[in-house]
Amino acid sequence: MTPEDIITRLNERFPEAGLDCRVDKGHAVAVVPVDQLKETLKVLKDDEAFSFDLFMDITAVDWLKREPRFDVVYHLYSTAHNHRLRIKVMVGGNQPVPSASGLWIVADPMEREIWDMYGIKFSGHPNLSRLLLYEEFKGHPLRKDYPYDKRQPLIEETWPSKDVQVRVDDRDIHRP
Amino acid sequence: MEISYRTQEKPPYQNAIDRILGWGRKYSIFMYPFVTACCGMEYMSVASGHYDIDRFGAGLPRFSPRQADVLMVVGTINFKNSVVLRMIWDQMCEPKWCISFGACASIGGPYNNYAVVQGIDRIVPVHIYIPGCPPRPEAVLDGLMKLQDMIQNQKHDLFWKRRVK
Repeated sequence: MTPEDIITRLNERFPEAGLDCRVDKGHAVAVVPVDQLKETLKVLKDDEAFSFDLFMDITAVDWLKREPRFDVVYHLYSTAHNHRLRIKVMVGGNQPVPSASGLWIVADPMEREIWDMYGIKFSGHPNLSRLLLYEEFKGHPLRKDYPYDKRQPLIEETWPSKDVQVRVDDRDIHRP
Repeated sequence: MEISYRTQEKPPYQNAIDRILGWGRKYSIFMYPFVTACCGMEYMSVASGHYDIDRFGAGLPRFSPRQADVLMVVGTINFKNSVVLRMIWDQMCEPKWCISFGACASIGGPYNNYAVVQGIDRIVPVHIYIPGCPPRPEAVLDGLMKLQDMIQNQKHDLFWKRRVK
């Protein structure tokens, strides 16, 4: 289907959902309310005309001063029909998003990464823990209000290394 | 911080021991390549036939830190990985040296963010820094020759040293 057809059919399927659909630079974009997201994704996967069987990516955008604060962006692709759809969901800081890991299994690690970097919760996720960073990490580094120069080392750092002097029999050896 | 090695008495033949052991050790370097990023390609280029690090006696990488003399940190080290790097350095037997290979390992390179260690000298002592992103193989060989000079000119002990803080 062309992007226009996708949007027409989406509006036919969800007449009361309040979807904000448009074609942006040749791509179909649908802005979905959070409470409609789960049904929308299920229909998009199971409907014969859509059949979005490939969950390509999920990212998030932090707008910081906007309310609600985050965009969660889904990228879907259909290998059968060779068409794509981008779905945006606007969520606030502590508002959970329904997890898509029950529909596409690859959504599991991707949503863990979103939780790791942005701190957006996904309700119904089987194991929402950090994916890339370590468990001792405090905060979520890709949020705009995370201090850009904040470091959280795991072991004690010896710096500067010029303080470390190696001496043998009161004689300096191999200074770095 | 001061790390001090103290031997009981300096024997009169110490200078000869230094020279002989230094000569032996500098031409039989066993390296542990701690390869984490794209500098590893340059390391492979140095280690294989065209540039041939074996001309300098360092052609036998050991993939166990207990058998290695030189820890070669090749690539970006992040905070999650720094624990592993420190453990590997602690597992190596004395005498041991460390080479920081490339800009990322030396100062963090282009990555000044929440994840990357700004230079591995915050974690392990470094003896030779090789600059470059990535370094040319000639730069790596130059760093290796500087390390050989250092090994030749430093003090060596016949017997195991006691570390005195």
